[in-house]
Amino acid sequence: MAARELLAAEAVTTFPATGTRQVWRRLRTQRAAVAAGTVIVLLLLIAAAAPLLSAIEGQDPTTYHNDLIDSASGGVPVGPFGGVGAEHWLGVEPGTGRDVFARLVHGARVSILVAVGSTVVQVLLGVTVGLAAGLGNRLLDQLISSTTDVMLALPSLVFSIALMAVVPSGFPRPLLLTLVIGLLGWGGTARVVRAQTLTLKELDYVAAARLGGSSPWRIARRELLPSLAAPVITYAALLLPSNVVAEAGLSFLGVGVRPPTSSWGQMLSSATTWFRADPTYILLPAVLLFATVLAFTVLGDRVRIALDPRAASRLRVGVHRSGTGPGSAPPLRSGTPNSKEEA
Amino acid sequence: MREYLIRRILGMGGVLLALSLIVYAVFYLAPGDPAQLACGLKCSPAQVHQVRAQLGIDDPVHLQYAHFLQGIVTGRDFSTGTGVLHCPAPCLGVSYRTGEQVTGMIVDRLPVTASLALGAMALWLTLGVGTGVLSALRRGRWSERLLTVLTLAGNSVPVFVIALLLLMLFCAQLQWLPFPSYVGLGEDPQQWFWGLLLPWVSLALVESAKYARLTRSSMLETLAEDHIRTFRAYGVGERQLVTRHALRGALTPVIALSAMDLGTMFGSAVLTESLFGLPGLGRLLVYSVNVIDLPVVVGLVMVTGFCVVLANAVADVLYAVADRRVVLS
Amino acid sequence: MTSVPRMDGSRSDGSRSDGPLVDVRDLVVEFPADGGFVRAVDGLDFTLEAGQALGIVGESGSGKSTAALALLGMHQGTGARLTGSIRVAGVDAVTAEGAELRRLRGESAAIVFQDPLSALDPYYPVGGQIAEVFRAHRDVSRRAARARAVEVLDRVGIPDAARRARSRPHEFSGGMRQRVLIAMALACEPRLLIADEPTTALDVTVQAQILDLLHDLRAETGAGLILVTHDLGVVAGSVDQVLVMKDGRAVERGPVSGVLGAPREPYTRALLSAVPRVDAPASASASASASDDRGDGEVLLETVDLRREFGSRSATVTAVDGVSLAVREGETLGIVGESGSGKTTLGRMLVRLLEPSGGQVRYRGQDIGALGEKALRPLRRELQMVFQDPVSSLNPRRTVGESIADPLRAAGGWDDRRIRTRVGELLERVGIDADWYHRYPHELSGGQRQRVGIARALAPAPRLVVCDEPVSALDVTTQAQVVALLAELQRDLGLSLVFVAHDLAVVRQVSDRVAVMRAGRIVEQGSTEAVYDSPQHPYTKGLLAAVPVLDPLESATRRDARRALAAAGRRPHMQ
Repeated sequence: MAARELLAAEAVTTFPATGTRQVWRRLRTQRAAVAAGTVIVLLLLIAAAAPLLSAIEGQDPTTYHNDLIDSASGGVPVGPFGGVGAEHWLGVEPGTGRDVFARLVHGARVSILVAVGSTVVQVLLGVTVGLAAGLGNRLLDQLISSTTDVMLALPSLVFSIALMAVVPSGFPRPLLLTLVIGLLGWGGTARVVRAQTLTLKELDYVAAARLGGSSPWRIARRELLPSLAAPVITYAALLLPSNVVAEAGLSFLGVGVRPPTSSWGQMLSSATTWFRADPTYILLPAVLLFATVLAFTVLGDRVRIALDPRAASRLRVGVHRSGTGPGSAPPLRSGTPNSKEEA
Repeated sequence: MREYLIRRILGMGGVLLALSLIVYAVFYLAPGDPAQLACGLKCSPAQVHQVRAQLGIDDPVHLQYAHFLQGIVTGRDFSTGTGVLHCPAPCLGVSYRTGEQVTGMIVDRLPVTASLALGAMALWLTLGVGTGVLSALRRGRWSERLLTVLTLAGNSVPVFVIALLLLMLFCAQLQWLPFPSYVGLGEDPQQWFWGLLLPWVSLALVESAKYARLTRSSMLETLAEDHIRTFRAYGVGERQLVTRHALRGALTPVIALSAMDLGTMFGSAVLTESLFGLPGLGRLLVYSVNVIDLPVVVGLVMVTGFCVVLANAVADVLYAVADRRVVLS
Repeated sequence: MTSVPRMDGSRSDGSRSDGPLVDVRDLVVEFPADGGFVRAVDGLDFTLEAGQALGIVGESGSGKSTAALALLGMHQGTGARLTGSIRVAGVDAVTAEGAELRRLRGESAAIVFQDPLSALDPYYPVGGQIAEVFRAHRDVSRRAARARAVEVLDRVGIPDAARRARSRPHEFSGGMRQRVLIAMALACEPRLLIADEPTTALDVTVQAQILDLLHDLRAETGAGLILVTHDLGVVAGSVDQVLVMKDGRAVERGPVSGVLGAPREPYTRALLSAVPRVDAPASASASASASDDRGDGEVLLETVDLRREFGSRSATVTAVDGVSLAVREGETLGIVGESGSGKTTLGRMLVRLLEPSGGQVRYRGQDIGALGEKALRPLRRELQMVFQDPVSSLNPRRTVGESIADPLRAAGGWDDRRIRTRVGELLERVGIDADWYHRYPHELSGGQRQRVGIARALAPAPRLVVCDEPVSALDVTTQAQVVALLAELQRDLGLSLVFVAHDLAVVRQVSDRVAVMRAGRIVEQGSTEAVYDSPQHPYTKGLLAAVPVLDPLESATRRDARRALAAAGRRPHMQ
């Protein structure tokens, strides 16, 4: 599938060698990266300390407070902004009177856990499969590539909705979410890794390692994996926010985590019936979800730039500079560098 | 070219076959008794037994699968206990719940999803490509930064969040727009348009961010290429460089990506549809999943999978047509 | 040959008579880098009279291309800082703006870029692109512009120009694409042609054709020519004046016969002496080894009817088509061929990086052609390779010491201290300080990287080393040093070398015996003297006739000879 590969190449190109320390230093000097990183660290802390935080507030996410909602109007919370007060910092849930703050911080747990977990599954599977396809013989490559094609053709949202429904309810839902999102989403990583492996494999230094008597496993470990790190990290940084959205989406549709476990998507879903009467209730999970996805997106973007500052700066100021700089005296180019697939 | 198309179609068939195998394995072999589900809890064991026979689930698995495939290719007959129901090709089975033919159920709802997807695509292409071109041209100025921030934000809002917020703002608070609903285009074009406007905008806002980024980066990429330098060195004006050369190069990936996204949209409009209560494929899916109506679920997975596979093939062909350097193989 | 009729149209050449065509005074070009500025051109002066031809010669980083681009005001808006003055056809290229600048570009002066594939828009037919340039300068209809495009395409020798004008760039061969670029330059009948490395990516026979074309066009149109190149041989037959550049400055300038024949400056002399000569007898080292009776040594590696195909069943390309050759112990076998001749594929099969599709590769009598990777591993250390591209042949994430140590570590059985000592020795053997163990490839120059590549090949103490275009990516002075190093190592260690290259002169310098490849077959092989001094096959003859030489007179003679050959045989300009 030429189009998809070329589009993948759009996002992930060959990276120059960069030390971990160097990347770290570049990231630290970027304000946007620092801000996004801070938001993510905060979220992680909130998620880790969710029981503690709700204990400090003196509430828990599951207790119903029928006294705090107006049963006459169908369950709208009593008090301003959805019942905000010293007892309930962010008000209570319409209809049930459960504490919103407690539900939000507990929701962060599900969101982060599932997103990170499924990303790890996707990356591990994708790298293994992509590497195997790139290094294996033609038959193995064809087999794996067509499997990847099938995986990418699976309408993943439809399929995960369906899967979430048929798996017995005894199975722990957050784990199920992680597995379903992870197992359905490794195709892209596998594609990128395979393409990169095929490119790297043709490089002369890999040929030199073969001549030096290295086994394929040794070549993969010493020559390929270090060079794959940058594109894989970049791609994973794209996956992470989309997994946050996927989890929220499934919970929104009612096939994600089961009550009484709280999740942002589920809160948004129940808010759809209340947005006229209690608009605050919709805003809180919406803003949190937005902030999380934005933070992951921005950080991913900055990581990509830090890993390949050359490409980033070329895109920023490059237009007038191509080929006229002092360092760009024409090297001997053999063959036809610009036509990847010249007829 | 012809050889390529034939191979491509065979490949598509292969992918769909594999898809059907996976779907079949996962859903029909999942724990739980479909007959019991189909019949409902009040059924007596005898009734369940009868239903089992009707559904053909007493047959060996491979035979069931063969029947399923046969139904798609040639159609098949179901015994309803009292008579025979003929399900013409492409037959995706019969709903456990209602006894309706799945193919018919899907065909009924297809116009809704198609309206949603096509309209949204028109909007997101306009919005995304426009923004992308603008931000590529305004490189380094504050307006470019603003556009970058906006696209980044747009990229980060889940569609159901933005839809919910728009709904709250324009329908509930300001009451500028009616609550979305679906009226057939043939029945009343005006209502069709107003009823779908909000869903389109929601989808387009989210999707266009991606297109803006793609357009911008591929335009800048093209502007940095050597051939732009050639035409600059021959006194061709900057405006012509952008409109004739840079945009041309940038459009190729945009076209290919939109073809792919359109295909995916048939499956991923689930969220938008259920949020706005539009009776499309997504709504049907969520409903069928909740009542565990397996034939409908399987049928929907097959149809949406077909859309994705078809869209990928179309994207490849478009890419090759747009970019003559790519050799189809 | 049709001559180009002048198009009617307004031309602003009121400045035609006053002063030289190009007048560059005290030009300084600086690029912003790391907070400061890097000086690419540093006080350059030169003039060019109308109709004259000037060659600007220099190694990479000398600032020659930067200077050429400055003539068209191409540094405007890039952040580069320019001082001094440039006048081209009466226009001040430093300050010109808007319409005046656009008129300068393409109308008064036109540039021919190096890489003709990336220099053309891949999405449009070439005729349309030339027409676009024409219409940028002349107020004519689309149809007239297209007719003009066909006209100039025909002039530069594109066969069936009217039809080919509708083809896209990728549908042309490299040489034809370069012709298209020249046609574009001709479109508006500029008074100055600037050719920036116009033949660098081309094979030697095609290069000769392009240079001949430029020569004819100049004679016909009376345009001035500035030819920027790294190759002294290219300027010899093509220009009147030469300007040698180094580090942004002019080292020497003067008439071509004077600069190339009797250089005054040490740098020019060094440059000239580094150029390998195809007409000169082999260097002392190679002839010494040839005169030894090593030539009759035992056969080390032998191929029998070796074949290699690429691609799937439907579209197979035969890269190597039945090659039989032998490499004896301690000798150097040169393999020359143009691009696409299959020489690299052959080289890779010799060390079994590629598996042959047919035939045999016999190493010391054993057929290793079909051995699996595991069975091959014990033999690997005896057959090594030096690669062409010094950038991609070293892992950018590993220190050069670790790259060299890799084969030793892979073999096992060596402790770390012994490995380090051995790597240190190897580094010094190839002329690099042993302390550089911990440097990364990007800290090294191209020549140094190539030395590291050689050290790595030597690490497992091989018997045979295949060098695949080992010097083609290097500047001419570095090239000479690396070639000398290889010859020295070969002599001292008693290695067998297979030297694969497109450059006939380099191959002559190092080889005891030579095989000439074309389209996957060996058309001629024999001792170096025999092949070069009395070539038998017409292809070898043509190849040798196309090699640029440093003597301008000889160069002119050869051009006439080529013309005679072409007129007698095939149609001109066909490849």
